[in-house]
Amino acid sequence: MDSLIEFFSFSDPNIRYVVAGSVLLAASAAIVGSFTFLKKKALSGDAVAHSVLPGVCLAFILSGTKNPFYLVLGAFATGWLSLVFIDNIVARSKIKEDTATGLILSVFFGVGILLLTAIQHSGNAAQSGLDQFLFGKAASLVGSDLIVFSSISVILIASVILFFKEFTLIAFDENFAKAIGFPVRGLELLLTTLTVLAVVIGIQAVGVVLMAAMLITPAAAARFWTDKLRVMVILAAFIGAFSGICGAYISYIAPAMPTGPWIVMVLSILAIGSFFLAPRKGIMSRYLLQRKNQNQILEENLLKLFYKMGEKDQDYLKERSLKSIQEKRPYSFRKIKRGLQRLLQQGFLERKKDKWQLTLAGKSKGQRVVKLHRLWELYLTEKMNIAPDHVHDDAETIEHIITPEIERKLEKKLGYPKTDPHQSDIPY
Amino acid sequence: MTKKADNDIIEVHDVTVTYNKKPVLWGIDLHLPKGALIGVIGPNGAGKSTLIKSIMGLVPLSSGAVKLFNQPLEKVRKKVSYVPQRESVDWDFPASALDVVLMGRFGKLGLFKRPRKADKEVAMNSLRKVGMEGFAHRQISQLSGGQQQRVFLARALAQEAELYFMDEPFAGVDAATEKAIIALLREMSDKGKTVVVVHHDLQTAQSYFDWVVLLNMRLIASGPIEETFKPELLQQTYGGKLTLLAEVGELLQKEEFPSREKDNE
Repeated sequence: MDSLIEFFSFSDPNIRYVVAGSVLLAASAAIVGSFTFLKKKALSGDAVAHSVLPGVCLAFILSGTKNPFYLVLGAFATGWLSLVFIDNIVARSKIKEDTATGLILSVFFGVGILLLTAIQHSGNAAQSGLDQFLFGKAASLVGSDLIVFSSISVILIASVILFFKEFTLIAFDENFAKAIGFPVRGLELLLTTLTVLAVVIGIQAVGVVLMAAMLITPAAAARFWTDKLRVMVILAAFIGAFSGICGAYISYIAPAMPTGPWIVMVLSILAIGSFFLAPRKGIMSRYLLQRKNQNQILEENLLKLFYKMGEKDQDYLKERSLKSIQEKRPYSFRKIKRGLQRLLQQGFLERKKDKWQLTLAGKSKGQRVVKLHRLWELYLTEKMNIAPDHVHDDAETIEHIITPEIERKLEKKLGYPKTDPHQSDIPY
Repeated sequence: MTKKADNDIIEVHDVTVTYNKKPVLWGIDLHLPKGALIGVIGPNGAGKSTLIKSIMGLVPLSSGAVKLFNQPLEKVRKKVSYVPQRESVDWDFPASALDVVLMGRFGKLGLFKRPRKADKEVAMNSLRKVGMEGFAHRQISQLSGGQQQRVFLARALAQEAELYFMDEPFAGVDAATEKAIIALLREMSDKGKTVVVVHHDLQTAQSYFDWVVLLNMRLIASGPIEETFKPELLQQTYGGKLTLLAEVGELLQKEEFPSREKDNE
């Protein structure tokens, strides 16, 4: 608890630097990454992330210092170069984009590792800590880094705000953007540059290997919760920022824990959570909808059964045993009992000792299902020219989903018929 | 049979377009009249979409030039509207119908400026014209194919252009939508707008258009419907046999030959 208060009071300047750095990096990467995500360029984000490593190493070799300005410059150069290579390979050969991306990613990363190893064995004392670019170490952010990184973050966020309309259009419909005379190539170039910059400042915190997650995951998670682009981008920024704080906090209370991987862990948990829990699009809500449909089908089928048995005996309110129900409909006892119990609660059935009886409301609901079934069979045979022996299975499903409006249209279209194709009465 | 329109608004001069070195349009010459409802008709792979893309500057020309309103496209963009094929975009994009229609205002707004109240009203009016005002705030992935096509049409209307190019606006739409769209296009052409529509259904073409461009990699005919909709011309357009043109095209691609010799290279 003490550590929590100590951390969130931000009294320690180191904590301030690390938190501010992580939040800015994560949020700006998420904002720029939203458009990378929408343009379906997730892989090229990964390629850039890996391709900045040789740039960082080269900048160190040439300048001999870990001055963030030089390192950013080097990272930017090779990150950019990788995208130019990918574009050219795709344009000038038969190699497709995914292959070209994979190719460039591994070649650049390989060269980066090569240079890094060479530097580490060169005996240059200043090199210690350069390997942090592999997996990142937000905890090593210091004041001077922060100035460089936060100014780039601000530039990134401002550019996206300024070009929001334009980026939206080229992500949605590039040809239309060209047709109305927008400088599409220039805008693409700008977006690419912003992506590279986001990667360049992000690697300090999470490293080249995990950087793609910082770009794409917040947007992917946010997309589950909203259909509005603005909301999605803002939400992605918050998801990124929140993960940044969590990562910094975790590595603060457990100094052995790396910040970057924890930021990505938190991001992933939020994304997986969204995947399961988001309304409508989430797995959970789709599962619940399925279950609701299954219950509705079971209940309506049971009421239909009661009604049809009543039709046969000319006594709709006769009490029925569990066994007589199962004879007609081979559900398991457990399933039938569950359905009956629900219908009892809903007031469509009554229980008489070990037997069950329709209420009046239950009778009319069962009657409606039977009516819809027979109307639909008649519709298929009369209007759609489907053979009478092929319509039953269709009607078994359709009877549960027809709305009162469609019901009225059906009745009218068929002229309130008396019997279905199998000469059963259609009850009104 | 190629008739020159007197009051031409679109001039296509000797346009050849190649994809991967393979020519898909050969030496097209066209003059299309102002205020007409024009159908571009031909079989699959005839280059219909490519023709309007080349007019809109969306594909590079191997040769030739295009003039609209007697000027290069760059000078008249604000008077020209383009409706891409519906399948060319991802409808799962996080946007509402109104958001998409508002994009029709972006050309007039230019860079940086945000849509103003007036733009939103134009967009709403455009949605109303295509009968979609009730769906303005609906997420576009929840619209049916026909409704999505109407949204694209509304976006074009929001451009308030003089000249409209539409790529297969009837593809995958229901009969009622098709009827509504053609009525709207007719109304636009009655008001003096020029509408060029890529279409592949011969059955309906005759009743829809007043000028027809018959295309099958090369121009077969261009002229008023009563002069161009003749069996022998249609036979030439849709005739099943592979022409020598297609065969030579394949050869150019295989040998990586340029479709035109370039003197100063």
